[in-house]
Amino acid sequence: MRLALCLTVAAFLTGAPARAGEVVEVKIDQLAYAPTKITAHVGDTVEWKNGDFVAHTATAIGGAFDVMIPAGATRRLLLKETGGFPYYCRFHPNMKGELTVM
Amino acid sequence: MPIAKVFAAFAALLLATGTADIKAAKLALGRSKNKEVIAFAKDMVRDHGAVNQKALALVKKLKVTPEDNDTSRSLVQKADEDRATLSKLHGAEFDKAYANNEVAYHKTMNGALETTLIPDASNPELKDLLSTGLKIFQGHEQHADHLVETLK
Repeated sequence: MRLALCLTVAAFLTGAPARAGEVVEVKIDQLAYAPTKITAHVGDTVEWKNGDFVAHTATAIGGAFDVMIPAGATRRLLLKETGGFPYYCRFHPNMKGELTVM
Repeated sequence: MPIAKVFAAFAALLLATGTADIKAAKLALGRSKNKEVIAFAKDMVRDHGAVNQKALALVKKLKVTPEDNDTSRSLVQKADEDRATLSKLHGAEFDKAYANNEVAYHKTMNGALETTLIPDASNPELKDLLSTGLKIFQGHEQHADHLVETLK
């Protein structure tokens, strides 16, 4: 009860967002991001799951983010700003994706 | 062509050329001062190492022995000659020659995969590895193309 009250006060004080952040999953298989295009909101998290046996990156063309995703690993990115972010893999530039943050 | 024969030829080609590319990358890592060339060479060591590891695991599983053939021998001979030429160069000259070699090498490898190796492969695991290999090496070719542009 006391904990619940504390959390409520904390949420009020910090102005917690109305919607909880969601996790948007992108699978990497055979050198392709799937889905290729994703749309998410500020506060959401993009999760890349690399199913390939080589490492990849998710690198924004404008430099907004550069996520290294080792072979077989999962990496996350918390979305903090709105915009359109075309991205690619620095190691294999034939891999292309598009992230829109609203 | 029977699967074992195709795979023996493929394994020899992939392992030999992968190893040759790793040797070239190690030469670049010891010699280049260019940030992008160094990053590319590191990618080659890592990716070709991973592909070779995968190929060796499949060799073991399918119980085949890599068999050298004319294509693999000529590719390795060419790689050895290119590396000997490269080893005489320094600075920007070395960087440019290394990047150009990498474009040519991956073009040749991708051509062999597309026209001969993938159509000949009937084993699904082999076909899968070859197809993934092709996509990885197409990525390297584009990356090398970009490297050539940045060094102009």
